[in-house]
Amino acid sequence: MTVFIVFLILALLLLVFGLLFRLQILTSIFSGESTRDIGPGNRINASLMLVFLVGGGGWLVWSAVSSYARLNVPVASVHGGAIDRLFWVTMGILGVAFVLVQVFLFGYAFKYRYKEGQRAYFYSHNNRLEVVWTLIPAIVFAALVFTGWKQWTRITGPAPKNAVVLEVMGKQFNWLVRYPGRDLKLGVVNYRLIDAANDWGFDLSDKAGRDDFMASEIHVPKGVPVLLKIRSRDVLHSVYMPQFRLQMYAVPGMPTRFWFTPTVSTDEMRAKLGKPNFNYELACNQVCGSSHFAMKMIVVVDEPDDYVAWFAAQSPVSQNADLLASYQQMSRQTGLGQGGSRGARTAAIAETGELPAPPPARATL
Amino acid sequence: MDINLSPGLPSSAGGALPTPARPVVPAVERAHIHEHHEHPEQHWLFRYVFSQDHKVIAKQFLVTGMFWALVGGALSSLFRLQLGWPEGTMEWLKPLLGKWIEGGKLSPEFYLGLVTLHGTIMVFFVLTAGLSGTFSNFLIPLQIGARDMASGFMNMLSYWFFFLSSVIMFSSLFIETGPAASGWTIYPPLSALPQAISGSGLGMTLWLVSMAIFIVSQLLGSVNYIATIINLRTRGMSMTKLPLTIWAFMLTAVLGTLSFPVLLSACLLLVFDRSFGTSFFLSDIYIAGQALHNEGGSPVLFQHLFWFLGHPEVYIIIMPAMGIVSEVMATNARKPIFGYRAMIGSLLGISLLSFVVWGHHMFVTGMNPFLGSVFVFLTLMIAVPSAVKTFNWLATLWRGNIRFTAAMLFSIGFVSLFVSGGLTGIVLGNASLDIQMHNTYFLVAHFHLVMGSAAMFGMFAGIYHWFPKMFGRMMNEPLGYVHFWLTLTGAYLTFVPMHYIGIAGFPRRYYSWTGFDMFSQFADMNKFISVAAIAVFFAQFIFLFNFFYSIWRGRRATQNPWHANTLEWTTPIELGHGNWPGEIPAVYRWPYDYSKPGAEADFIPQTVPFSQTASSNQPYEKELE
Repeated sequence: MTVFIVFLILALLLLVFGLLFRLQILTSIFSGESTRDIGPGNRINASLMLVFLVGGGGWLVWSAVSSYARLNVPVASVHGGAIDRLFWVTMGILGVAFVLVQVFLFGYAFKYRYKEGQRAYFYSHNNRLEVVWTLIPAIVFAALVFTGWKQWTRITGPAPKNAVVLEVMGKQFNWLVRYPGRDLKLGVVNYRLIDAANDWGFDLSDKAGRDDFMASEIHVPKGVPVLLKIRSRDVLHSVYMPQFRLQMYAVPGMPTRFWFTPTVSTDEMRAKLGKPNFNYELACNQVCGSSHFAMKMIVVVDEPDDYVAWFAAQSPVSQNADLLASYQQMSRQTGLGQGGSRGARTAAIAETGELPAPPPARATL
Repeated sequence: MDINLSPGLPSSAGGALPTPARPVVPAVERAHIHEHHEHPEQHWLFRYVFSQDHKVIAKQFLVTGMFWALVGGALSSLFRLQLGWPEGTMEWLKPLLGKWIEGGKLSPEFYLGLVTLHGTIMVFFVLTAGLSGTFSNFLIPLQIGARDMASGFMNMLSYWFFFLSSVIMFSSLFIETGPAASGWTIYPPLSALPQAISGSGLGMTLWLVSMAIFIVSQLLGSVNYIATIINLRTRGMSMTKLPLTIWAFMLTAVLGTLSFPVLLSACLLLVFDRSFGTSFFLSDIYIAGQALHNEGGSPVLFQHLFWFLGHPEVYIIIMPAMGIVSEVMATNARKPIFGYRAMIGSLLGISLLSFVVWGHHMFVTGMNPFLGSVFVFLTLMIAVPSAVKTFNWLATLWRGNIRFTAAMLFSIGFVSLFVSGGLTGIVLGNASLDIQMHNTYFLVAHFHLVMGSAAMFGMFAGIYHWFPKMFGRMMNEPLGYVHFWLTLTGAYLTFVPMHYIGIAGFPRRYYSWTGFDMFSQFADMNKFISVAAIAVFFAQFIFLFNFFYSIWRGRRATQNPWHANTLEWTTPIELGHGNWPGEIPAVYRWPYDYSKPGAEADFIPQTVPFSQTASSNQPYEKELE
């Protein structure tokens, strides 16, 4: 029934539209307007230019002001503050350019509309003007880009030595996270050792990996640099944490990294926003398959003491019976890791009869 | 005074360089060319379908492009329904979409298929083939004074390859496993592994085959455009007397010729990875319970290859629109285009720089940060010629005598959208800011304004302006006005709020955003965007009606309805293959002698020698009389 009514309304609208259209053609023929070059439409359009400029500008200002509070994501990292300042300064400068160009564009369109007996001003070029409006944007852009470049080199530069290290791995369709354990070294992982119980593909022949632990949430200490190592085990993903102004792709076969210093703990942010359920979220921001939109992990910023306590309470992978069993089986099957017979590393094990030190593999970056 | 000789203008003349006179074609040869092009008794199949006439081919590109625009727009309306009403039912679309509606909801996988094909269709099939294919084909011979393209046969092939690629791409919408669904950028490994998403099965194969054929079509077309512009200009038509449209089309063709082959190679390598077990882009992958054998490949390598085309591609899209807008704006402001040579210079600058900025799409993809810094500086540079063009358009309007034809309205709209969208490029091109904005709706809004909407506006301007030349009839102006104001308002209402949610980090290609605390607050804005987007889609039917109605019922056109200077308006209203019934006219002046002081009318066509315009000649033109 509703479908029928919708169709009926559409049909009526079309009919009205068609009649108006015929009417307009007929009147334009009878008024002789159809043979004239410049009809009253010219004046109407010129006026609409002004209406659009003022009305559109008003709507833009109103919508920007009224949504500013929502669109300004709270910052919770050191470099995030710098990025935000640069962003809003850039937007300010661009805003000025935007307003000037639009005002001139629609303003000129209105002001220099066709008038009977008027002739346009024959003015073909002015090289000095060209130089001026080449140089001014070049200088402004250069200043913006130079500032941005300085931030960029700082943000992407080497992480401080005291940084807390953890590794995030993307997979369809969730995030995995592991910490290096007490030795503060992440162990070797190998994608060929992955199976249901060994999500990371831990190679336990590497001692450094035995005390690594996995977690279901990311915990990071407040006020301490954090080095996020990033990898993917299937397709591209992107580690995106808007509150920390942090984003880096997770690339299969090519570990990436991003370091940052969180500045506001989860509890502080909850109090600040007045939202007791607030959580920092890690989202995937590179399309990775049908459930791309659901790849989420909670990020918790702890006070340093809480972080240490949390860290100490985690149990290492070597105590995970399922994982150990899986590793034994997979390493037998693939010939990788302990007791294997393939590759230089396993050859070394066979020779010395000992478990080797962590090799300088890609996995350790 | 010898009017057969091409006048060599001094460099101070309104934007004309001294060029050696082109050799005069002997009268006998001219007559021969003329006769050669008379084909009175052609079978209709070769006249309208497998035609080698550039005008027919242009119309074929146009209509196919319009079909694709309709499909692309409809696809976007579907996913806007999903985004605007995430809890709503889509059961009523079941008759149309069949199994892609699961339990009253759009399937997430098909959602990705929709965004992928929307992007592919709009970028390649509408704004590359539809825009450049239509107007390069239509205008190049007409505006340079040639009877047809250098190779009419190749030109015909160019369209039919495009047609074939269209058929293949369209058919991929109807297959069991769905169309390609890894985004229009088809980043591997997602696009390489059917285990990762079902769209990467047959759908992706069809995508790759279709694009390969599409690239063939582009190359056949581009080579032809370049050859024609360089070789077939009429007497007196030096490079600096060319309308800016032709400059834009030529440089567009150069970009296409140099960059599309790189996409072809990327596609080929992807085909190898998909079907022949190579590891160009694949490494260390465990998927669907299985570790793959591939090692040593790099997904980032694919991105380099893709964007080596992908970035010039956005200029392939926007430069023809720039050319059209320059031409339409000068004609309707009744003023010379301001800074003709600066306009050519900036087109050249954009063309050159467009090859060295591709890395700004990849700042956070794991590319070396130092390389990122280099691309930041190169990206800054390309913003400058774009700014110069904008200022020149503004100066063209200044003290004009503006006629608001529908084409002129769309040209003004083009500049507005180009500036609005272009400025935010300064944010995204700044690597440190891109960390936050990458792949958010801020980016989506940016490119939809600067190349999507703006290029569409350029295309509309071109259609409204050259419709009389194409079909011998006029489009209805009031309908054009309504179409323009609805579309301009709708474009801003759609894309401005996208900036807002983008600043808040809202990611693109999300089927549903309600699972995240930080994104779920934007239900109202998403609904608003969807309403505006779908409304603007339906507003296009006004244009479609106007277009097809006017082809048969429109007011009959006069020979030069806009009082324009360029050569196409010297042809008869009903023009056959060969364009001019008699000899091709010679050209004496640049195309922008509008409102010249001392002249009788406010325009002097390119074919009028200086000897006939003694009263309006500038001091430096006296010697040309």
